[in-house]
Amino acid sequence: MNDSGIREADIDSVYLVLKKEAESGGYRFNPDGVFVKNLIRGLLKNEQRYGYRACPCRLATGRKEDDTDIICPCDYRDPDLNDFGACYCALYVSAAIAQGEKKVEPVPERRPPRSMREKGTAVQRVFATPAPVFSFPVWRCRVCGYLCAREQPPGVCPICKVTKDRFERFA
Amino acid sequence: MGTEHVAGTNKGTVMLYALSTCGWCAKTKDLLKELGVAFDFAYVDLLEGTEQDDAINQVEKWNPSGSFPTLVIDNRKSIVGFREKEIREVFGA
Repeated sequence: MNDSGIREADIDSVYLVLKKEAESGGYRFNPDGVFVKNLIRGLLKNEQRYGYRACPCRLATGRKEDDTDIICPCDYRDPDLNDFGACYCALYVSAAIAQGEKKVEPVPERRPPRSMREKGTAVQRVFATPAPVFSFPVWRCRVCGYLCAREQPPGVCPICKVTKDRFERFA
Repeated sequence: MGTEHVAGTNKGTVMLYALSTCGWCAKTKDLLKELGVAFDFAYVDLLEGTEQDDAINQVEKWNPSGSFPTLVIDNRKSIVGFREKEIREVFGA
């Protein structure tokens, strides 16, 4: 136990699960283990407070429907990895940073500000339901961009492991 | 008020808006301590009700994205994020 009320053993086991999941999808953790475990402590703290693993580096509202885009891994991770070599928290990093060839720099906030998010505009990016072109609907994972053509999105994204509610109708 | 004071050399009013769970916020706080600067900080995620709303409004005033950490120096300048070099320069270390 520590002042956050999260057990070290829980942090260690979640660390191993998330690291394995990340690597199976081609993602990498920050090589600074202490820094990463502190972020995982934050994720577990948020899970305890809000019931979902909201980004530890952003202020969650406690309303899941308003925070879906910042449930870790967030909707902004992959664009931030592309542009800055790290996600906003620097939990996930590029190969160059993972191998110590580059240093992590601060990542500017990409999430729209609160005033533009109200009424769920950030989360519910409005895709008019496309006219059916294919014999199945096409679903897109908002986190990693994985596409699949089937009646419903998968329960868990096979690439980045986020849940079904992170998918949007693409075609 | 949900702010805490850290003693140090007076370099004007130094206010750090942070989250208790955020890695970069912790690094910013540690850096200010290392520099020996007197500052106040608030963990905005631990505030409630109007106290939290007031803190968020203050952050947005200086930093429209409303992100953390936001460091407000002497009510005239803000530094958003763990910008180590900039923070060191400001406090003349």
